Amino acid sequence: MATEVAMKQKKYAESLLEAENTLVGIPPLTEADPKLTVEEAYSIQLENIKKKTADGQTIIGKKIGLTSKAMQNLLGVDEPDYGHLLDSMVIENGGLVPKDKVLLPKVEGEIAFVLKKDLKGPNVTTLDVLQATDYILPSIEIVDSRVKDWKIKLPDTIADNASSAFYALGGKPVKVEDVDMELLGMVLTKNGQLVNTGVGAAALGNPAQCVAWLANRLADFDISLNAGEVILSGALSAAVEAKEGDTFTAKFAHLGEVSVHF
Amino acid sequence: MSATVYQEIADYLVAGEEEKREVKKVTAELKKDLTVEEGYQIQEKIVSRKLAEGRKIVGPKMGLTSKAKMDQMNVDEPIYGYVFDYMVIDNGGKVSLSDLIHPKVEAEIAFIIDEDIEGPGITGAQVLAKTKSVIPALEIIDSRYENFDFTLPDVVADNASTSRVVFGTSPKCPSDFDLDVVGATLAINGEIKELGAGAAVLGHPANAIAMLANMLARKGEKIRKGDVILSGALTGAVLLEKGDTVLGKFDGLGDVSFTVTE
Repeated sequence: MATEVAMKQKKYAESLLEAENTLVGIPPLTEADPKLTVEEAYSIQLENIKKKTADGQTIIGKKIGLTSKAMQNLLGVDEPDYGHLLDSMVIENGGLVPKDKVLLPKVEGEIAFVLKKDLKGPNVTTLDVLQATDYILPSIEIVDSRVKDWKIKLPDTIADNASSAFYALGGKPVKVEDVDMELLGMVLTKNGQLVNTGVGAAALGNPAQCVAWLANRLADFDISLNAGEVILSGALSAAVEAKEGDTFTAKFAHLGEVSVHF
Repeated sequence: MSATVYQEIADYLVAGEEEKREVKKVTAELKKDLTVEEGYQIQEKIVSRKLAEGRKIVGPKMGLTSKAKMDQMNVDEPIYGYVFDYMVIDNGGKVSLSDLIHPKVEAEIAFIIDEDIEGPGITGAQVLAKTKSVIPALEIIDSRYENFDFTLPDVVADNASTSRVVFGTSPKCPSDFDLDVVGATLAINGEIKELGAGAAVLGHPANAIAMLANMLARKGEKIRKGDVILSGALTGAVLLEKGDTVLGKFDGLGDVSFTVTE
């Protein structure tokens, strides 16, 4: 039985990886397998992360997804999810998102945390996160789904590395003591036109609270967040579809700007 | 339409306000083909009536400044109305439901004007140069129309739904802020209901004041030194209920609060 489950997870992981490589989205895993659990989905995610690190990629950190009430309502869930950030996912500030590596990309503005101390759950508090944070940076996350047309349920997106694709970080590190993250405002523009605005509180009330959630959730897998890791703490506004030729800029209060080009 | 008809409709709307009851929108029966220009003529009659009754103008206010609201009303220009002295509630004070019809609250940034601003051709930068200070505000809108259902000319005639306002008590210098990325949260009884950043107001709150100066210029009017002007909502509007404690928090600008009584 255990082997059967492992075989199934391996098969799902392979199909997701193939979709990523061929840019052909797959049907939702939950369509053929409605009973796929969240825990199984994380195992599938980890399977592909292991494969990628074995191929020489490096884990830079984690991303937290589904941090807004709107997104949680959309998927009918009451907790966020997370994925892994790899060195292959980094776009330089102002850089180009390679079009031959994305299917239906969307853009979100987020606050990124860089840790100076390890964080190991359970019982990590928001204050613990603030004390363990070296600095924060403005970031743009490019999410994408290897599931055809974003037809995802919670296990689908988790298995798919929380629908992560690329991310860019701004260049101005700011200490957490210098800002009120809950009220930190952000404006996202596409080709110079305002798309939406957001505030730190959009991420579970406070981005640092999202990182605390992550540290505690990772404890279930006996994983800790480590000093030096980059954590994307969750979108401050709704994800916006990107097309070839688009330039997105996220401007943050106190943190400066970050932009990417498609 | 004659001045008498404008006056009749103005009196009809003021009666709704004073008797705290909903009225049918003007375009439902009284004047089905009401234009925006005629809406402003009616609004002027309301303003004149209140001035004649000894009320004083605090300043103009801008409405429909968000892209979402402009799209919803299918317009490309915001609207304005006037805030009067009797509408101002102290920070931390009480708003009584029995004085109002179906009030909603939204978070805004108010500008205190240092020099007259006369359009046309006014820009946001010029507005900032002539602004003495900015303060956070909670505006309580209360359309006199049934179910907040109205067309653009209707809401213009109804003094842009203006009803009450609570200003913060600690004015700040506008040049100390990037007002487009100032974040705000609107919480009711401790739960964040709405949030947004300054750019939600026409890209920058000062742009709304500039547009106001340019709209007033068409009538040979201007923004006046000493005006306290609500620039438009950073957040969505939330319906008020008895017992609510409302708290608006603005990054760097401070808090504004009030409670709702019967």
